[in-house]
This record gives sequence, structure tokens and C-alpha cells, in this order.
Amino acid sequence: MANKFFVAPSPHVHGSQSTRSLMRDVLVALLPALAVSTWVYGTDVLTVSAIAVVSCVVIEFLIQKFLLGGEPTVSNLSAAVTGLLLAFNLPASIPWWIVVIGSAVAIGVAKMTFGGLGRNPFNPALVGRVFLLIAYPVQMTSFSAPTVEGYSDAFSGATPLAAVKSGAVSVEDADLLNMFGGAVSGSLGEIAAAALIVGGIYLLWRKVITWHIPVAVLGSMAVFAFAVALLNGGGAMLYELPAFHLLAGGALLGAIYMATDYVTSPMTYKGMLIYGAGIGVITMVIRLWGAYPEGMSFAILLMNSVAPLINRYVKPKRFGLTTAKK
Amino acid sequence: MTVLLFTILTLSVLGILSAVILYFVARKFKVEEDPRIDEVEKMLPGANCGGCGFAGCRAMAEAMVKRDDISALFCPVGGAETMKTAAAYLGKVAPEKEPTVATVRCGGTCAKRPRTNEFDGAKSCAVASSLYVGETACAFGCLGYGDCVEACAFDAIHVSPETGLAEVDPEKCTACGACVKACPKNIIELRKKWPKNRAVYVSCVSKDKGAVVMKACKAGCIGCGKCVKACPFGAITLENNLAYIDPQKCKLCRKCVNECPTGAIALKGMEPLPKESKAPAAKPEAKPAAAPASQADNKSVNEQK
Amino acid sequence: MKTFPIGGVHPSDNKKWSCGRAIEVAELPDVVNIPLGQHIGAPAAAKVAKGDKVLTGQLIAEASSFMSANIHSPVSGTVTAVDMVPNGQGLRQMMITIKREGDEWMPEIDRTPEIKRECALDPAAIIAKIKDAGIVGMGGATFPTHVKLSIPPGCKAEYLIINGVECEPYLTSDHRTMLERGEELLVGVEILKRALGVDKAVIGIENNKPDAIAHLRALIADKSFAVGVEPLKVQYPQGGEKQLIAAVTGRQVPPPPGLPIHVGAVVCNASTAVAVYEAVQKNKPLIERVVTVTGKSVSEPRNLLARMGTPVAKLIEKAGGLPEGDVKVVNGGPMMGRAMVNLDSPVTKGCSGITVLSGVEARRVQESPCIKCAKCVGACPMGLEPYLISKMSRKKMWESVEGERITDCIECGCCQYSCPAGIPLLDHIRLGKQTVMGIIRARAAANAPKK
Repeated sequence: MANKFFVAPSPHVHGSQSTRSLMRDVLVALLPALAVSTWVYGTDVLTVSAIAVVSCVVIEFLIQKFLLGGEPTVSNLSAAVTGLLLAFNLPASIPWWIVVIGSAVAIGVAKMTFGGLGRNPFNPALVGRVFLLIAYPVQMTSFSAPTVEGYSDAFSGATPLAAVKSGAVSVEDADLLNMFGGAVSGSLGEIAAAALIVGGIYLLWRKVITWHIPVAVLGSMAVFAFAVALLNGGGAMLYELPAFHLLAGGALLGAIYMATDYVTSPMTYKGMLIYGAGIGVITMVIRLWGAYPEGMSFAILLMNSVAPLINRYVKPKRFGLTTAKK
Repeated sequence: MTVLLFTILTLSVLGILSAVILYFVARKFKVEEDPRIDEVEKMLPGANCGGCGFAGCRAMAEAMVKRDDISALFCPVGGAETMKTAAAYLGKVAPEKEPTVATVRCGGTCAKRPRTNEFDGAKSCAVASSLYVGETACAFGCLGYGDCVEACAFDAIHVSPETGLAEVDPEKCTACGACVKACPKNIIELRKKWPKNRAVYVSCVSKDKGAVVMKACKAGCIGCGKCVKACPFGAITLENNLAYIDPQKCKLCRKCVNECPTGAIALKGMEPLPKESKAPAAKPEAKPAAAPASQADNKSVNEQK
Repeated sequence: MKTFPIGGVHPSDNKKWSCGRAIEVAELPDVVNIPLGQHIGAPAAAKVAKGDKVLTGQLIAEASSFMSANIHSPVSGTVTAVDMVPNGQGLRQMMITIKREGDEWMPEIDRTPEIKRECALDPAAIIAKIKDAGIVGMGGATFPTHVKLSIPPGCKAEYLIINGVECEPYLTSDHRTMLERGEELLVGVEILKRALGVDKAVIGIENNKPDAIAHLRALIADKSFAVGVEPLKVQYPQGGEKQLIAAVTGRQVPPPPGLPIHVGAVVCNASTAVAVYEAVQKNKPLIERVVTVTGKSVSEPRNLLARMGTPVAKLIEKAGGLPEGDVKVVNGGPMMGRAMVNLDSPVTKGCSGITVLSGVEARRVQESPCIKCAKCVGACPMGLEPYLISKMSRKKMWESVEGERITDCIECGCCQYSCPAGIPLLDHIRLGKQTVMGIIRARAAANAPKK
């Protein structure tokens, strides 16, 4: 008998997606933003990204090998994604050792403490980022001015959100076109709005993410900003304020890449919409009235903590019950 | 300084307030319970294995206190000793039960039972057995994915990598019966526990006809009935092509072990009887043994030969 | 284009291997094994004993209750045994073994090829004929057709839906049947309409079979049948009864014990409709069926008209034999079919295809931790949370898992198909579902006498 028979319950075929392929798609989707950032800030961007990715992968490997035991799973690329997302949340000029500390917190504290991939309650990259923001506020918020033509001096090295917050610039003066194209100050992954959107479309096309979370986050931010503008008298601000807030800071990076992190977001579409709307509203509250100019990281982390609760109470639309009850 | 003082003051007041509320709530919602339940629970082993049929040791303690007749209750983990202590405390009659041990009745090792296919589904006996015959041609044998191992709270049963079969560590086994329930093939039986972990049992549960069994496994019971005839105590019955040794009647004389043509009768903790010459083995019915039960310990049986 | 409302996946259909192959008549087997239980419900009771001579089409086992089906001899010859024989899963099952001697048919069976369209029988007579012929759902579920057609009191059928979806990848037996036996199919549909007393009949076909859609539409126009054809968007599991009803009518069958008839629908497989035609107009019982034998590494994929009881190995041989190395032979399609260990086992009424998967395809992907990607939730056509009910089943949390509606699961496999971590979700869900159904039955039994 030359045949070896395999037996298993159905189904006998499997889709083409694997954890590794999903993570690879996320990395690919981040490349355009990385390229724009490199164009704006120079090769520092690549150095920071490389340090973050390598240290995340190495730390995960070491923890798995020596502390947790069992097969190292770095080959599923999830640590690399965490590393790159962490780098996207850092200024290009940050010293290398801070990047390593951030990676250690992201992987060591936020991910592996809970048992590794799939078990962490909070987005590791954001935990790393928030830790650094609190521990090294100066280094984390000093951005060198971009070295590209067309960069308006109005912000003088501050991010658009910080400039607006400090009152140095008003929202009307913000150059939305530059913010869309990437010629602004900021963390290395958040400045290239156009590139982030391109990556987001790629993720949607590859069916890595669904539209629910990004649309809910951005939609609720826009509606919130519109409402605020309306209460403040309306006019041109009705459109400028929402547009400014969608393009400024980590709105797009957060909505498309961070909030959609599988592990820490809800499981049902309805839950995703609630979760996304929560992120949008909390972000806007922090941006407009909080102490920090940007609130996306905090908003996502706060909603991460609510995700299990959402999973508990928000159930999908069951077949056969929807029409039966009406 | 005032800030610190203020903080301490508020927290203290809050603490006292909560304590007072808790005190009244505890008074109001106090559940009156027989204090003996606590005492009996302390006597029980606290394994919460569910072997007694109750959800845990506390439920068992409750039942023991509340029921007048506790003869139907038994804690397999604590055994007769625990039951006696608890019964004495409660002034009730302790149930009599001899110790038992979980016994895996399958001898189809990797060597004796050829694998015909590879199971690629979730590694669970329940999943595999609900799907198909298993990796071998025997539909009754041990699958070896360890549902029993998972069920065991005492680390007393393991799947041996060499044989592919579940094996019980009789020292650790408390006869709680969790593995018996977990096994989808009903292979595991709680059998009488002899001193020094001696045991004689039919290590096969296949109800297939002899020819079918032989094709699937070299160690299976083929239902030939030789052991039935060899048994001096009438302990062995043959039903559905399968021999079964009644643990209550078996005296561990081991005569059946040598009779079995496939070696399906397992012998544990003892040396087998010396091999007899071929002639008497060929016609065992020649000597219908009728040993008096009083002489039925091992030595006397040996001497009878 | 219409489809069902929730979830679903889109596996590559792999129908190209066999969909161009016309139906061929398979060689008659020398020995056939006929299982007594090859339908949902009670096994049939054998009417023959060892040594009896039987003719092709002769009743050899009778339905033992309402929810059961007759079984007829697929060949003529001598009964050599009524005994336990291993089935495709290696489990022993009661089967009638017949040694073939020639092929002499029962005289009342009309074997002429011309199509008899007129049917003047009343509904009860039609259903009786279907019952006599032992017809069961031929899409794989093997639900006795006469039971389906017997509308319970208080319900009324409005729609007859013919399932020509064939959403399982690889399989093409229904596709070929619709192409080659379209007119018989349509007459069968009219007979079913008459039996049910409905005037709306729709054949649902996924639009990856444009030739079948066009062929049936042309036939309907040419010969003026009162039957509709509804092209459906390709989406698995559209062939699921509830999904098909939702796709065609927009109505959702309520969860168990809800039945299709509660939304006024009766669904029949396309091949079943042809069998109904043959039973009612030609007195021919269900003794043969079209079986697709296919797979990427099968050298000559085929659609074979095989007698029931033909050993599966014979059909595979006819398709070029098994490829070397690792294989998985599946009775049915790759999404819901059952893997086989015994290729000597017979073709049965529900066997629509034999799919051979080889090499890496034969194995499952490796399991890794759940990343909570929610793809299973998005894919579930019943709106369940597979990750959750699978985990609960694994932990034996039967009460919680019943609350999460595990009994709604149709075991389509979309969750496991889409799981990037390769978790055997359905393995555990299926086991949990069986356990919970057992608990529900036990509860019902315990409550019944108290009242």
C-alpha cells in the first residue's frame, strides 16, 4: 500500500489566510507610510523602525524560549508588526535605547506576561508608546522639522495638534493639503495620511480587516468635531474642524492599524461599531479638553479594556431570530 | 501636610462606613446552616473530583448530614476510612465498599494493533470516536488521545508513548471514576483493588467476531471461551464474543491467563503460572476444577495442580 | 443577484476538473453491499434472507417507521448475507450483501428513454409512490422525501425550491444532471408541485453554472413549464436548506425546532427531483445515482452513474485510481463530506461525490493560538460565535453553550475554513452540539411524564 490515509472531521479544505499571512499583509500595508516618512524625515526613520522590529522579535523569542517554554512563534510575524507599529508611534529623532525600552515594555509587559499572542488585553505597541510618553515625555514629543519643500513654518517643529492646542496656530491656518501629503511634524507613522489610507485600502482588499472599526472611529470623530463646530457658531469650521482632526495626529494610524488589532478589539460587527465609536469620542474629548494634544492611544487602550465586556453583551445577528421576532 | 491629613481622614471614614454597612448586610443575609456540614467537609479529602456523584466535597458533606441513610453515599477518594470517620461523627452507619482501581481494558499496543490511517482532527477521543472507527481497524479499542488524562484530577492516568494506550498508576488512582465517564469507548472499568496492585482482567472490550478481531489486533479477545472453561470459580462469562472476569468472583488463580490464545487476559503484579505442557492445555475441559472457595487464595490454587 | 443574508465563505470551487465530463454509466459491480441505514431516521428492516434471489429494483428492505425509507436491490442476483459490514468510516453496520448474476429488472419498471410528462395522480398517490421508491434527499442529507412532502397540519407550502446550487467545491453531479436530464428534472418538479399543491417553484442555481441556467431556461421556454430559475451569487453554504430558502425567498427559517415549512418552503435537491420523476412516471425505485469522482490529482475525473452498493474503490479505479502518497478520500465534498478509511464501502443514496485530496491538501493546517480575529464570527451563516461555542464545548460548559445557541449550528465548516490559526473549531462544536442535543432530549423525556 503506497498510500497513507488521513482522516479528520469536515471541513477538509482551508482558506488561504494564516496568522502569518495576515501579519505579512499588515506589514505590507505599512510600507507606503514608511516610505513617505523616510522621504520627509530621512533615513532616521528606517533606523528607528529597524531597531523597534528587531528588538521586539528578539525579546519575544527570548521570553518564549527561556521563560515561557514551548515553541517560539516569532515566525508568525506578530512581533514584527508590533515593532513596526511601535516605531510608527515614535519621533524619528528618538534615541535608540528608548526604542529598545519601548519594545521591551510592549512585548515583555503588554504581550508575553499574559501568555503571548492572542491573550493580551491591551494593544502591545500602544502600551509601549504610552509608557514611553510618560517616562520620556521630552524625547517623545520633540519632533525635528521635516526637511521637505512645501513644509509650512507655521507649526515650527510642533505637530499640528500640539500647535493648535498651545494656541500657536488656529485650525483655520492649518495646511490640510500638507497634512494629507505628509509634510508635517509628528511621529514617523502618523504624518502620511494619504499613504495610510492607501495601506488601509490594501488591508480591506486583502480582507485582513473589515470596514467597521476604521469607519466607526473616523466617523464618530468627524461627527463629534462637526457638532462641536456647530455649537461654536458653525461657518467654515463645520468642515475644517472635522477634516483637521481626521488628518492630524494618529487618527488614521490609530483607526486603521491600531484599533483594528484583532486581539484587543471586539468579535462582532455590532461590537466593533460600538468600540470604534467609543474610541472616536474619547479621542476627541482628550484632544479638545484634555491635557494631551493627542488622545488616540489613550482612547484605544481605554476601549481595549471594554472589549471583553462588549463581547459578553453584544451578540451577532442570529439567523432566523431577526425576522421571527418582528 | 494638611493634604496628607485630609487624605488619611477621608479614607478612614470611608473604611469605617463600609465596614458598618457590611456588618449589617452580613447580619441580614446570614444563611443558617448545619455546622456539622463544615466539620464533615473538613474530613473529606477536598479533591472536589465529583467521584461521589456530587458537584464537590461540600455538596457531598451536605448530603451526608441531611440524609438519614448514607449507605448509598461513598467517597471513592477518601475510601472506607474517611466514610467511617464521618459516619462515626454523624452517628450513622458507614457504607461498606471495598477499594477499587481504574483499569484500562485494552491491550492493543502500537505493536499489536497496526495503524491503517492517521487521524488529523482535534486530538480528542470523543471527536475521533464520533467520527469513525479510529486509527486502527478495531472499533472498540483505546484511541490514545487522552480524554481520560484530561479528566483525571490526580495525575494517575497517562497515555504511554510506546504503547499508545492509557495506563493507570494504581498508587495515585483514587477510583473517582472520572476517566470511566470520560472514555467514549467505555474501556475503563473500576475493578476490585488487590494488595500489591495485583490484577487479572480481560484487556479487551471488542464485541466483534473472532476473525474480525484477529484481523484488527493481535491482542484482542476472540471469544473462544477457553478461559471460561479454565476458570475454577465460574468467574468468567462470555457474551457477544467477549469474555469478562467478574472481579467479585475472581481469586487471581491465573489459570485463564495461560489459556488465552491471544494474550488478551492481562496479569499485573504477579508472575504467570509456569507454562504447562502442551497436552493438558489443548483440552482444558479435561479437568473441571471445582475448588472450594475457602481455599481460594493463590497458594492453595497453585497447590491444587 | 440574490444570496443568503449572513456570513458565508468563498472557497475556490474546483469544479473545472469534472464539470465538462458527461455522465457515464459505471460498470455493474459483482458484489454489492446495501446498508439498511442510509437515510436519516430508523434503519429499514430487511425483507430478504441469505439465499434469496432478487431482481433489479426489487424491495429488499422496508421502511421501519414513518421516518425511514425503503431500499431496493440495485442488481439481480442472490443474497449472500445480511450481516455487519464495515462502512466508509470503518464502523460495522447492518448490510445486505448481494452477489450479482446478470441484470434482470423487475417487470413493472419502465426502462424506455421517452419522457412521460402527463401525471394525473392525486397528491397522496404521488407521495405513496415516492415512499415506495425509497427516495431520500440526494444532496447528502438523505432526509426521506415522502416525509418532507407530508405537510404537517396547520402548515401550508407556498414555495417549492429545487436545490441546484451545489455549493460544495469539486462536486458536479447535480450540475451534470441538470444539463443532461433537464427535461426529466422539470417534469419531476411539476410532479412535486402537484404533490404539494403549490404554484410557485423555483430552481436555485449558483451563477458559476451559467450553462445549466441557460439550458433549463431554454427548456422551460420551449416546452412551457411553470418553473422559475433563480441564479444565485456564488457563496458557500448556499446549498444549505435554510440558506437557500433565505436566498430565494428572503425568509429565515426560525431556529430548531423551526422547519422550512414554517416559512412555507419545501426544498428538494435537483437529483432528487429526477428520481421523483423516475419513481412516479417510470416506476423506478432509487437504485442508482450520479457520483462525481474528482480531485486535483485524480487523472480522469468523472461523473459516473453508479448503482447503489458499488464499492467506492471501483469508481476511483474508473477515474484513474488513487494518487501516490498521502491521501484523504472524502465521501461528499470537501466542506461537509466524511473522510473514509474503507474504500470497499458502498455508494449510498446520499453519496454525491468522492473527492480525493492528496499531498499537503490531505492534511490539515497546523493549529496555533486564537488571535481573536473574528473571521469565524463573520463567516458563520447562522450568526453564531464559533470561537466562543467551540471553546465552551472544549471546556464542557454545556449550559452556557446551549445559551449561545449551539444547536443552531448547521456544521457547514465556514468557521474552521476561515480560521487563520487553523483551530479545529467545528470538531469541538459538533461534539458540543451532539452533547447539548442529548441533554435537551433527556430533559424533554424527564419532563414529559410529570405533566
